[in-house]
Amino acid sequence: MALSIEDIKKIAHLARIEVSEDEAAATLTKLTGILGLIEQMQAVNTAGIVPMSHSQDVVQRLRDDVVTKTNQREAFQEIAPALGNGSAERAVDSGLYLVPKVIE
Amino acid sequence: MINSSLKTLGQMLAKKEVSSVELTQAFLNRIDTFNPEINAYISLDHQKTLAQAQAADALIAAGNAGPLTGIPIAQKDIFCARGWKTTCGSKMLANFVAPYDADVITRFDAAGAVNLGKTNMDEFAMGSSNETSYFGGVKNPWDFTRVPGGSSGGSAAAVSARLCAAASGTDTGGSIRQPASLCGLTGLKPTYGVVSRYGMIAFASSLDQAGPMAKSAEDCALMMNVMAGFDERDSTSLNREKEDYTRDLYSSNADKPLQGLRVGLPKEFFAEGLDAGVGQVIQAAIAEYKNLGAEIVEITLPNTGLSIPVYYVLAPAEASSNLSRYDGVRYGHRTEEYGDLMDMYCKSRAEGFGAEVKRRILIGTYVLSAGYYDAYYLKAQQIRRLIAQDFEEAFKHCDVIMGPAAPSTAFKAGEKVDDPVAMYLQDIYTISTNLAGLPGMSIPAGFSTGSDGKALPVGLQIIGNYFDEARMLNVAHQYQQVTDWHARMPELKMPGEVA
Repeated sequence: MALSIEDIKKIAHLARIEVSEDEAAATLTKLTGILGLIEQMQAVNTAGIVPMSHSQDVVQRLRDDVVTKTNQREAFQEIAPALGNGSAERAVDSGLYLVPKVIE
Repeated sequence: MINSSLKTLGQMLAKKEVSSVELTQAFLNRIDTFNPEINAYISLDHQKTLAQAQAADALIAAGNAGPLTGIPIAQKDIFCARGWKTTCGSKMLANFVAPYDADVITRFDAAGAVNLGKTNMDEFAMGSSNETSYFGGVKNPWDFTRVPGGSSGGSAAAVSARLCAAASGTDTGGSIRQPASLCGLTGLKPTYGVVSRYGMIAFASSLDQAGPMAKSAEDCALMMNVMAGFDERDSTSLNREKEDYTRDLYSSNADKPLQGLRVGLPKEFFAEGLDAGVGQVIQAAIAEYKNLGAEIVEITLPNTGLSIPVYYVLAPAEASSNLSRYDGVRYGHRTEEYGDLMDMYCKSRAEGFGAEVKRRILIGTYVLSAGYYDAYYLKAQQIRRLIAQDFEEAFKHCDVIMGPAAPSTAFKAGEKVDDPVAMYLQDIYTISTNLAGLPGMSIPAGFSTGSDGKALPVGLQIIGNYFDEARMLNVAHQYQQVTDWHARMPELKMPGEVA
C-alpha cells in the first residue's frame, strides 16, 4: 500500500513528532522502502496460526500487596528538564512538574 | 596483562600480583590514549571508577573477593547506573543522570567489579553500525575506516581494543552478536528472560536481552554467572535456579571433547547474500568442529527470510510504545521554545530523537494504527510463531545450530547509513533467535581478506535451545582450546610501546 506525504504527516502527528515539509518528503521515501520489505509477509498463509506475543509460555506473576517503593521525589525531580521559553530553571515547583496550561 | 583472561586476572588479583587500582589504571591509560580516536566510550569518570577499584582492593584484602572482584568492566550506555550519565546514545537523554541502578549494574557492583565507563551505542539500540549514535560513530579497532557493528558497537570496540577486560551488551535483533562478529570477540545473547531488563532502557521489550561481550567463552561464562538471575522487578524475568555457566567447561580433556554433539547447519544460512570469504571461514570452523567429534546435520529454517519483515513490524511497534515516555515533561530533552503542550511534545521529540529512531517510531505508529493492526502487527505475530516452530523442529535433529553471525565482515563507515533496508539485512542470521527467544552467540572463527587487502574478523554463530547457554559456552570453549582466533587482537600501540 502506497503512503502519501499526508499519511506521513498524520502518522507523525499521532507519534507526537514535528516534521517539516522537507523531512516528510525524505521520510516518505525511506518508509516506502521499509514497508516494501514488510510487505513480503503478505504472501504467507497464516490462517489459524495463534499469534505469538512472547517467547516464553508464562503467566504474569502476582506479588503481595505491600509497599516496595520509597518516595524519591526529590531525586527524581533533580533531573527534570529546564523549563524553556527563556527560563533555565528546572521545570518543577512545589513537588509538581511544570507544563503549559491545559485547562482554561 | 590487558590481554589476560578474566580467570587469570582474578588469580593475579587474589595473589596480589597486581591491585585492582593498578589494573584499572592500566585500562584507563589505554582508554585515554585510544578512546579519542575510537570513541568507544560516551561517559568516563576516572574518579568514580578508581574509587570502585579501591573498594575492590579492600574486599580482596579482607578475603571477600569473588571471581570478578576488582575486574574493570565496560557497561553499555543503555544500563542505568546511579550517578552516571546514561544517554542510550540519544540527544533525548544527553543530560540524563540515572537516579537508580539497572539490575545488571547492581549485580556487577555486588560482585565487586569496577565500572570503567559507559560505552557508545546506536541511538536507543536501533542500528547495526553504531552510526546512529548522537555521540558519533565508533571506529572498528581492526580498521578505523570501518564500523564496529551495532548496536553494542562501543562495547565491541572496547573489548577488541582491550579498553576493558570485558563488557556488557544488549541484543534485540543481533546487537551483541553482529558487533562481536565484526570486531572479533565472543558475545552471548542469553535465552529471553534470563538476564533482568530492569533499568535497561527499553527498545522492544519482548525481544530485548542483555548479555556478555568478552574475549573468550570462558570469560562470557564468568560474566553470565554475575549477570543472570531472577529479578522480581522485571515482569518477564524467569524464576529459575541459579546456574554455574562454567560448569561444562573444565570437564573434558579427551581428544574428541565434543563426541556425539549434533551440529545443525541451516541451509538458509548459507544461501545467496552470504559473502564468499565469510562462507569459507565458517566452513573451515565447521571442519574444525568435526575434528572435535561433532556430527554435522543438514537442517532447514524455512522462514528465515521472513524474520526481517516480521522484526521490522514487531520491534518498531514495541519501540513506538516504549519511546512514548520521552515527552520532555519529567526528564530528558525539552525544547527551548514552545507554545501549548502539544507543541512542547512534538518539538521536544522532533529535536531529541535522531532520524533512524524517528523512522522506527513512525513505522511502529503506522502498523499499530486503526485499520492496519491485523494486516501488520497480528500477521507478524503469527509468522513469529512459524519462525519459533522452525527452531523447535530443527532441535529435534541437532543439539546446536551453527552458521555465520553476519553476512559480511565490517563494512565502511557511511556505506549503508542512507539505506535502512540494506542496514537491516545485516541481522538476517541473528533476528530469528530473538523472535524465538533462543540463546545465540558469536565467536571469532578467522579472518576474511577483502579487495583492499585488509584482514577482518569473521564470527561463527552458535544457536542453542532454550536455557542451553552452559552447553553452548562449552561448545565455544572447546573450539577456543584448539584455535587462537579469539586471542588475536588488533595492532594498537601505546606511545613508547615496543612491537
